[in-house]
Amino acid sequence: MNKDSSGFILQIKDLNVSLGGQKIIEGVSLNLKDKENLMIVGPNGAGKTIMLKALLGLIPYEGEIKWKENIKIGYVPQRLSMPKEIPLSVEEFFKFKSASMEKIRESLESVGLNDFCILKMELGMISAGQFQRVMIAWSLIDKPDVLLFDEPTAGIDIGGEETIYNLLKKIEKSINITIILVTHDLNIVYRLADNVLCLNKKALCYGNPKEALSPENIDKLYKGEIKFYDHTHD
Amino acid sequence: MTTLMIDSQFFYSLITSVFIGGVAGYLGSLMVTKRMALVGDAVGHIALPGVALAVVYNFNIILGAFISLMIGILVIWLFKTGTNLHTEALTGIVFAASIAIAFLLLPSGDLETVLIGDITKINAADVVISVFFSIIIFLILKKIFPKMILATLSDDLALSQKINVKKYDLIYLVIIGVIVALGIKILGSLLIGALVVIPASASRNVSRNMFEYSYGGMLIGIISCILGVALFSIIGFPAGPLIVLVSAIIFLITFLLKK
Repeated sequence: MNKDSSGFILQIKDLNVSLGGQKIIEGVSLNLKDKENLMIVGPNGAGKTIMLKALLGLIPYEGEIKWKENIKIGYVPQRLSMPKEIPLSVEEFFKFKSASMEKIRESLESVGLNDFCILKMELGMISAGQFQRVMIAWSLIDKPDVLLFDEPTAGIDIGGEETIYNLLKKIEKSINITIILVTHDLNIVYRLADNVLCLNKKALCYGNPKEALSPENIDKLYKGEIKFYDHTHD
Repeated sequence: MTTLMIDSQFFYSLITSVFIGGVAGYLGSLMVTKRMALVGDAVGHIALPGVALAVVYNFNIILGAFISLMIGILVIWLFKTGTNLHTEALTGIVFAASIAIAFLLLPSGDLETVLIGDITKINAADVVISVFFSIIIFLILKKIFPKMILATLSDDLALSQKINVKKYDLIYLVIIGVIVALGIKILGSLLIGALVVIPASASRNVSRNMFEYSYGGMLIGIISCILGVALFSIIGFPAGPLIVLVSAIIFLITFLLKK
């Protein structure tokens, strides 16, 4: 049924999401080509995370979300925190995916975790940066076609941000994957995105970052409150 | 050998409590992880009216407890669909009402049996039922354990892995009900909660990963039951409180070891 010749791996038509009687996303439409990197930007509460959840089919929505047939999707959720009372080791976390030791090591290396001592460490005890890398490695282990990634800079100290960017760049190059990324960080958008979607309930702009992210559009998106590289959370 | 009552009754009690204690310790690691440590207690009390009826009309306590639990859970679920109250509050209501009903039904002479258990009432049929269900429940738990832990970390992550979280939650709740029903003859409704909380918590003190945590909980549950039943046969105090005290002492030891 989905065997169309459009060459798109994802087609979104008039996507509407309401939660608790409130409209969160209104009338978003876009198409995504294979290997195209899409970044979704917008202020806090703009519906970015909700949009990813709709794409994953985790929440009800209206409109159409059509993925290419048999597509494999990897997902790195936002600010997942590991409660300290669960003594889950990194190795055990990977075993949830019934991965072989060889695959686990390979996957850890691909995200720059070359010291395998980390496998024996508790997930709740490693640094935020290491945790983020482990999450990426975990989502990549079954070789997805698309990686959905929610706010990779969240929860990581400022020193680590550049590394996450480099890491994304490396992943994109080495395994040739489509990345859909939700971010606050316009720096990453300029450097990594093929297309950007400015989301604040509605799609306020869409296209090549250099054109789409015009000063007027940014102003409209953040309603005049934009501090260009500010991405603090409240 | 003269002080030990080595008879079939002793072995019935020992085998039954070891199997139930082991699987309760294993289940406990999951319950403590999911911050449901007190659920065992609440469920134990909801079982009371059925246990009381079983004592009065002389049928199997395990069956009475199980019927009572199913009715209790159904009532909570019915209230849940008709009010905006949290499950916690509804459980509080049903659990208090269950205690009240049980006390009206029970002759006062049988109170102790129902509240803190009585292993001398364990018979051959109980042994078979307990061993059989303990093994089945352990196997089911072992299978759903990783999925439940993943869902505890993040519902979204579990759902994105196509894990049917609601289905596993239901299986898990039924398992808690079965374990409580099985254990109530040993520990009574007042103490059954201890068997899921204390061994698992003790294990958490000294474990570095989930394997050590869950199997440590199982091991400590088994050791507590062996020592508790052995102490009972030596000093003659009720086995339920002895099992709980042994596990509490083991918790203390692991706490000191951790320090």
